[in-house]
Amino acid sequence: MTSTNAWTPRIVGDANEHPDDAAGGMPADGIETVQLLDAEGGEVRHPTYSPQLSADEVRDAYRTMFLARRIDVEGTNLQRQGQLALWAPAKGQEAAQIGAITALRPTDMVYPSYRELAMAMRRGLDPVAILQIMRGITHATWDVDALRFGLFAFVVGAQSLQATGYAMGVTLDGADEVVLVCLGDGATSEGHVSEALNFAAVFNAPVIFLVQNNQYAISVPTSAQFRGAPAARAAGFGMPGIRVDGNDLLAVHAVVAEAAARARAGGGPTLIEAMTYRIGAHTTADDPTRYRSREEEELWAGRDPLVRIERWLRDQGTPEEYFSDLSDEADELATDVRARVLTLIPDGITELYDYVLAEPSAALVEEREQVERYLASLEGR
Amino acid sequence: MVQLSMAKAITAGLSRAMDRNDHVVTIGQDIGKLGGVFRITDGLQERFGARRVMDSPLAEAGIVGTALGMAQRGYVPVCEIQFDGFVFPAFDQIINQASRLRFRSQGQVTAPIVIRLPYGGNVGSIEHHGESPEAYFTPTPGLRIVTPSTPADAYELIQQAIDSPDPVIVLEPKRLYHSLKGEVDLDAPPSGELDRARVVRLGSEVTLIGYGPMVSTLLSAAKVLADEGHSAEVVDLRSIAPIDWATVEKSARKTGRVIVAHEAPRTSGVSAELAARIQERCFFALEAPVLRVTGLDMPYPPSRVETDYVPSVDRVLQTVDRALAY
Repeated sequence: MTSTNAWTPRIVGDANEHPDDAAGGMPADGIETVQLLDAEGGEVRHPTYSPQLSADEVRDAYRTMFLARRIDVEGTNLQRQGQLALWAPAKGQEAAQIGAITALRPTDMVYPSYRELAMAMRRGLDPVAILQIMRGITHATWDVDALRFGLFAFVVGAQSLQATGYAMGVTLDGADEVVLVCLGDGATSEGHVSEALNFAAVFNAPVIFLVQNNQYAISVPTSAQFRGAPAARAAGFGMPGIRVDGNDLLAVHAVVAEAAARARAGGGPTLIEAMTYRIGAHTTADDPTRYRSREEEELWAGRDPLVRIERWLRDQGTPEEYFSDLSDEADELATDVRARVLTLIPDGITELYDYVLAEPSAALVEEREQVERYLASLEGR
Repeated sequence: MVQLSMAKAITAGLSRAMDRNDHVVTIGQDIGKLGGVFRITDGLQERFGARRVMDSPLAEAGIVGTALGMAQRGYVPVCEIQFDGFVFPAFDQIINQASRLRFRSQGQVTAPIVIRLPYGGNVGSIEHHGESPEAYFTPTPGLRIVTPSTPADAYELIQQAIDSPDPVIVLEPKRLYHSLKGEVDLDAPPSGELDRARVVRLGSEVTLIGYGPMVSTLLSAAKVLADEGHSAEVVDLRSIAPIDWATVEKSARKTGRVIVAHEAPRTSGVSAELAARIQERCFFALEAPVLRVTGLDMPYPPSRVETDYVPSVDRVLQTVDRALAY
């Protein structure tokens, strides 16, 4: 089903043709998709972009992709066992996330959406910090400044404006940092995202909009989400728009690296549409069998971003020991994460009053005391 | 001491805050060369440059959302929303984002932004330019909402709002921008807490509580009452989120009769919260039910009839008569 040829750019003039090309997975809308590795892990020559990562760097990137997928499985298992309220799997999007994050400096700020498990782990975030959100322990709590990794955003698209504003602040500081903001294909329909793209262009902000086009916004396919592809829309906002094979680590890395260099040099924002596939459900509350076919899922399983890199790494002579050690490491991490998640219990509700205002108002202090008295009155019953 | 209009007082306060802290920036539509449609930012871009006084595209969510991002970068953005009726595109960035960043991150991320919002009616304008939308914001934990009633207060509140580590909406009573002048001490440091009400007239028989543009109406009513031999106390809330309950309750207990006034519609308005709390906390001190003088439960009307919508001195006086009759 998949072939090198199927991933190459195509021009289609017939507007009646279904916008999704089932064979290649790429919309048949005439926009080029940058690819450096095909689905079999074979290198593809591109006139503009070339791989920027050494074999060691790819192994390092693959390690995070592999570990994230293992945690993803653990997240789903924990939800099925009643230990999490919800899990939103990142499975299938690891190359888009790790390709992008490895193209940035550790000092570059990232504004995630809510599916950036792999990206977060790459920045050093303990996955338990994400699992505890899904367990109902906290909303979104980690040291944003230390990790340079923002809070998960559950209001789709709202983070795009904050990322743009942050990038405007970078410009005011005269710093050479860039900002990466993560969006999905559905988010591009939100007004906030259009406003963010416009502000970013007008203020020439050093921000990269990474649209992980995973084909579905919950159940709605991109064919029902938009007619103008995100990559094409960028031009209308006055910025470069690049479509990349989002399951190709090397290609995502190369295009994000180029966008980051441009932003650092004062060239402003870029929109990158990374074509990928949400292998799992939207969340554990979703049922993809209601809206997509098994054939389609199998098709995309053949384009798995991890398999592709694994093949490439083997072609590069990576020893079997590397893969078996990594598998052991993933199992150990999953065991450790699971054990820690099971022990998580929330602080009391009254401690949350500490975070409503910088200094609680008199009314808040009084209400807190009332709640504490009420809760104390229940003790021993 | 200088005589300033409320508009000039806000300009002076903004300018002083920008002088004191070079991370204070301001962003909004038409605020640069034009100086804003009300001229509040008049001269600021010339003085502080286009990097700190930013003309934005015409997008309110964009203004507030990018301000939040700049705040996360260490800046203190002051947003100008052009008119009360145009704030709603920014609602998500205010309600879901600004108000709860501190809470959801347990203090890791904060939102020290200021949103300046001209509000209120009786300005003879077209639709969406005379609204009082405060009750859409006041139930939101994590937001501070203040509104001045005098030039001196405006000068102080805008600086206090900028100094606050919390997101603050400054509701600016636009019909007072150029019509109300008063003494302002430009050297006075912004002092005290942001959420303090002020008793602006002492009295003994009835308490008139209001904020922003209503305070001058209440003071006029109190003068008429004095001529008629009745003593009315007037409380200017200044902060409607949170509310300074100590000052409110003290006055309610003292007079036993309370009337709350605002231009926003009656149902679920700020006055409803005041009435509920006062009856809960001061029940045995009350001589009459807490009464309300408010805008009407209809969308804001065409301007030729708006004087019948916005609470007038006469409506306040009739309501005082009802309270005194108990």
